[in-house]
Amino acid sequence: MKSAKLLAATAFVAASGLNVSLASADELTLCWAAWDPANALVELSKEFETQSGHTMKFEFVPWPNFADRMLNELNSGGKLCDLLIGDSQWIGGGAENGHYVKLNEFFDKEGISMDDFAPATVYAYSTWPKGTPNYYALPAMGDANGWFYRKDWFAKPEIQEAFKAEHGRDLAPPKTQMELLQVAKFFQGREIDGQKRYGAAIFTERGSEGITMGATSAMYPFGFKYENTPGKYDMEGAVNSADAVAGLEFYKELYKTSTPPGYTDSYMEQSLDAFKSGQVAMAMNWFAFFPGLYADPDTGGDKIGFFVNPGQLKEASTLGGQGISVVAYSDKQDAALEYIKWFAQPSVQKKWWNLGGYSCHVSVLNDPNFADSAPFAADFLLAMDGVMDFWQEPAYAELLLAMQKRLHDYVVADKGTAQEALDKLIEDWTEVFEDEGKL
Amino acid sequence: MSDTPIDRVAKATPPSVASKIRGLSDRAIAWLFVLPTIFLLLAVNIFPLIWTINLSFTNFRANRPNREVDYIGLRNYERILTDEDIWLTMQATAHFLFWTIFFQVLIGFTLAWLINRKFKGNDLWTTLIVLPMMLSPAVVGNFWTFLYQPQIGLFNYGISFLTGIDPSSFQMIGDVTLAPWSIVIVDTWMWTPFVMLICLAGLRSIPDYIYEAAEIDRASQWRQFWTITIPMVLPFLMLAVLFRGIENFKMFDLVVQLTGGGPGSITELTSINLKREAFEKWRTGYASAYAIILFVTVFGLASIYVKALNKVKER
Repeated sequence: MKSAKLLAATAFVAASGLNVSLASADELTLCWAAWDPANALVELSKEFETQSGHTMKFEFVPWPNFADRMLNELNSGGKLCDLLIGDSQWIGGGAENGHYVKLNEFFDKEGISMDDFAPATVYAYSTWPKGTPNYYALPAMGDANGWFYRKDWFAKPEIQEAFKAEHGRDLAPPKTQMELLQVAKFFQGREIDGQKRYGAAIFTERGSEGITMGATSAMYPFGFKYENTPGKYDMEGAVNSADAVAGLEFYKELYKTSTPPGYTDSYMEQSLDAFKSGQVAMAMNWFAFFPGLYADPDTGGDKIGFFVNPGQLKEASTLGGQGISVVAYSDKQDAALEYIKWFAQPSVQKKWWNLGGYSCHVSVLNDPNFADSAPFAADFLLAMDGVMDFWQEPAYAELLLAMQKRLHDYVVADKGTAQEALDKLIEDWTEVFEDEGKL
Repeated sequence: MSDTPIDRVAKATPPSVASKIRGLSDRAIAWLFVLPTIFLLLAVNIFPLIWTINLSFTNFRANRPNREVDYIGLRNYERILTDEDIWLTMQATAHFLFWTIFFQVLIGFTLAWLINRKFKGNDLWTTLIVLPMMLSPAVVGNFWTFLYQPQIGLFNYGISFLTGIDPSSFQMIGDVTLAPWSIVIVDTWMWTPFVMLICLAGLRSIPDYIYEAAEIDRASQWRQFWTITIPMVLPFLMLAVLFRGIENFKMFDLVVQLTGGGPGSITELTSINLKREAFEKWRTGYASAYAIILFVTVFGLASIYVKALNKVKER
């Protein structure tokens, strides 16, 4: 009788346990952009599935439609995504419009410290208002705009000789924006291995964020700033300073003199295509693509080299990257938080980097072997030291579209001067901030 | 009992439906059937229109449902009508409308006139000519971006073959001067067959005896063309212009695929601009005012045009 009772009790406990485990096993949907690191995350997340019992579903949207698709989803209170790796600029809107769950309490409870993540990434991907200890995301994917070049072409003796004869110095990856222009012009229209090549692939895309991300990569090092005093929205003299104007004029010259024909609406994909098809000697793109580029059988390996965005008056790179947030409309917030807890672990972050994701965890970045762990790792650290980001305001989309228009009008469509473009940009932005009640 | 045709018809006529449904007249039953349609129309057409007019006087943003909505009077209308960039998009739209209609009517009518003359392979040519309009605008836009590609595009090579200039020396969709024409060319390529079909219907509706009478009167071919063909095809032609005008005023997909509104904002038509304001910048109140202005413009122009069309028909 006793053993029968024990058996029954055991069966009951087992059944209850099973019941609990079945009830808490959720299917989580993680939304992100469709690109190389997303594939790495799918691989990484298998470990989470095994450990937690939850299953992961992924919704990856191509970059040109990513913002439209995801912001519409958030604005409509959609339940498609439980977890969202959203662009850094969305954090203001995500926080103020109640799209993202505030994570402070969760971080405190689970012992997740933001000190364990690189300060620049915490500032950019997690906090709103900027720099305050109010966290709406965990830094997930560090990124910045960098450069890669045809190392094999640079090493050719006849190319070296021709460059030295023309410029009186050795051909090497550029250290300043002016050197970048010089090298790009040198390659423009040059015949290498029987084919006509071009200088550089840069971002000129009009529809989403392309030309802004590209042009700011030149403008930041020249001294472009959004405000004179952070948080004051005093843009006059910062956005349209003489240095900012010089930076924009520089970008236009780079576009006009050094890009392949028809390069009027190009972003990440076009830059990768131009490089892989052997059209250009150099190309700008996000560090996120560098592992894939290095592994490319035709143009990777010994043929490719990487360099950080060159400085001019100062060292600066355009920030990319994203934090991972829990969507406030999700019915599976507990499971989503579980994922974040798992993802924040140093061991998982290390695997993330090994698979091709850019970890922001200091245990990974400060590892003495990190700089040598990939040919672009040292440059990534350099870039992340000087990143600058676009406005992260709730009205970021309006601010971005205004800049896209003004820059494309000036750089690609030859409309007006750089000074006029930036003056008009201030007018546009002032109107937005007035509507927002911030001016 | 008489059995006249009238009596037989009276016997065959069913009794009034109303007599079967006690208390309801035929008129009431008619209303019963019509009411759901009227309700549907009110719900999907009239209410949104009234709601849009209401929103156009506010600073409402659909992506900030929790934000306080203020009535700002005519501020949105004032902003739109004094915005230099909006007027530039209007100009771009007018350029696109005028030239696409001009070329489509010219080429469409010429093709219809040629096809209308019986010749061997007539049907095959008609089928081939109408193929472009059967394609999806998004697909057309996409493959024309390849045709216009300066390094590998067939269009540039075609021009190079004909003129001898370097194919990579010009960019149809990247050049400020050429881009507005690049969208006109593609739309003309795609929709000329539509105008041709309407003109063909017009041409085939002209009775042969009119031409025969003209022949007897020794009217020249040229005179027959101007005094018979053109006046009799004109109502059809005007209908084609109306259809194409309305379609091209709201043109979106083809141009977005081709140029995305660029370079700069050179090919940003009003529909693209409106979409950016409404669903990218989320300025719902402002976009509503913009939509109302466009609605009034199109409605006004279309009314004038339809009156003119009716006058032509009456002649």
